[in-house]
Amino acid sequence: MRKFLCAALGACAAASLMVHSAAAETKVGLLLPTSGNYAALGKEIDDGFVMALEEAGMAGDFTLVREDSEAKPPVGMAKARKLVLQDNVDAVVGIVSSAVLGAVRDFIDGSKVPLIVANAGNDEATGANCSKYIVRVSFSNAQVNRPMGTWMAEHGVKKVYAMAPDYAAGHQMIDAFTASFTAAGGEVIGADYTPFGKTQDFGPYLTKAKAASPDAVFVFYAGGEAISFVKQYDSFGLKADIPLYGSGFLTSPLYVKAEGPAAIGVTTSLHYVPTLDTPENQAFVAAFKAKFDRPPSEYAVQGYDSARVLIEAVKAGAKGREAIAEALSKVSYTGPRGPLTIDPATNNVVQNIYVYETVADGDALTQKIVGTINEVRDAPNGCVLK
Amino acid sequence: MVASIDFWLTQFLNGLQLSMLLFLLSVGLTIIFGLMHFVNLAHGALYMVGAYAGVTAAASLGSFWLALAIAPIAVMAVGMFLYATVIRHMRRSGPMNQVLVTLGLIFVIVDLVRIIWGDIALGMEQPAILSGPVELLGVVYPAYRLFVIGVGAAVMLALSLVLSRTQIGAMVRAGVENDAMAACMGINVERLFFAVFCVGCALAGLGGAIAAPVFSATPSMATDILIPTLIVVVIGGLGSLRGAIAGSLIVGFIQTFGAVVLPGFASVLIYVLLAGVLIAKPSGLLPARG
Repeated sequence: MRKFLCAALGACAAASLMVHSAAAETKVGLLLPTSGNYAALGKEIDDGFVMALEEAGMAGDFTLVREDSEAKPPVGMAKARKLVLQDNVDAVVGIVSSAVLGAVRDFIDGSKVPLIVANAGNDEATGANCSKYIVRVSFSNAQVNRPMGTWMAEHGVKKVYAMAPDYAAGHQMIDAFTASFTAAGGEVIGADYTPFGKTQDFGPYLTKAKAASPDAVFVFYAGGEAISFVKQYDSFGLKADIPLYGSGFLTSPLYVKAEGPAAIGVTTSLHYVPTLDTPENQAFVAAFKAKFDRPPSEYAVQGYDSARVLIEAVKAGAKGREAIAEALSKVSYTGPRGPLTIDPATNNVVQNIYVYETVADGDALTQKIVGTINEVRDAPNGCVLK
Repeated sequence: MVASIDFWLTQFLNGLQLSMLLFLLSVGLTIIFGLMHFVNLAHGALYMVGAYAGVTAAASLGSFWLALAIAPIAVMAVGMFLYATVIRHMRRSGPMNQVLVTLGLIFVIVDLVRIIWGDIALGMEQPAILSGPVELLGVVYPAYRLFVIGVGAAVMLALSLVLSRTQIGAMVRAGVENDAMAACMGINVERLFFAVFCVGCALAGLGGAIAAPVFSATPSMATDILIPTLIVVVIGGLGSLRGAIAGSLIVGFIQTFGAVVLPGFASVLIYVLLAGVLIAKPSGLLPARG
């Protein structure tokens, strides 16, 4: 008996040693908010990330160190320092808030650690402030909205009233839309920027928008604000006369359920839609639903693709910070959202943008794709990678 | 600027609706404060619990009206629990300790809500009879918002009648004026405090449940609503029902019309007003104690 136990223990120890030597090849710091207003997004990204590692059978090849950025720049900065200096990670993945990305940019660039941005969309991060070490697989604010301006003008919308929360991303989204919409012959007849995070009652603004009698309203809202906005837009009876358009975050699968029937008929543009009819996406959606019992949102895909680009880089033989950074910008594959390439000029993702309408599907809501703009690429906007 | 009467009437209703929601919240806070000298920052968290309780009750029972009845009771139960475990022991420990403890309670309650209901915002359907717009005085306005205005006005009326016409109201007023003397006159002040605290919690729960179909329930609503509510209480005057009414109307209308007339300053206006009131009348516009 004792012999057997000894042997068993020995075997276990040997096995664990072997596992240990095979594991921890690449150490990854996941810098996501797990508390505060963006916690739901952090969770989606984390779920998508872990799923991609497991799907590739490479969960053992990566050691994950998780830190809560709280979506606050000073906290995100402190946690990024900890991950890079103390935990010695080979790559950092995550960052939901653009403000956090802006805060850590110089530190990441200076310490030459590859950062895979899984959400934050500020245009400068892959524009004037781009870095060889910062690769973005999510989207840029301009990338999501620019195609929508052209698309709406082409579909007969002439006069638009625009609304967004009053912070950097809100302005960038509306500016990108306005630029392409006016270039295509449309006119933005009015815009309101609502106090960010403080506006729950959109009634006053909706009344203003209605009085301006536009052909359509175009907005960017996300999270709780998106839910309130879509519901209130409907309850004021505006949807019948003035169709609602927006950035796809407005009717993200993550909260469209909370919006309910108010979201029906809202048309938005985004880099991922779960009803995309490709074999890659169908397999992804089925696997995600089986694991988490809900359809994946764009945030889950961003987490998934963050892991995919990392896996591709490691599979290509990259080891250590410098090599991974080098390999990341060469990654290209077809994933759930369609073809995905990292632009060598800016390190921003090049991807399709889908225009989709939220439609009723029995009692539930689903997304109907009504337009596809292929391989949308941002201009360098002053980016020089070196 | 758009100058049609319809436009301004709609904005007036918007202001009224916001005022009523603020009133449901601030009246509980101000009376608890006035009567018990207790700063309950967790009041906003109770509002959030009310919203979640409403969402859950509506989803499981399938009835908005039942949810509207259950949410205040559920929140009152939470309030009783807090009273028995924490607040009762903090009654005489001074405002700084009370602020710290109830601020801590916000974090505890918010995290409990996140554990139970998750981070993703939850929606609540409006009852069929109140969904969609109706026409009032030639203006098309959401029926549900009119309902919110109605409920707020009804609570306002009921509270003023109770406070001014009944014996309980007289006891509460006596307690606010001078609790030691009220106790000498044979009023069981502690029991009165407890009753008032429960009513305040129930109103916060009602506010949460009634707001959920318009705003949806999110963990951030606990802190989002706290600051406007505190501003209402400070502007109106601590402990006074009339102050809470005046304060919520002022804050509601300034926020609404500020957003329309001076959009760039909408979020600052209310703080300017607060500063102005604190300089001119430090005890609020209509303080409970003369």
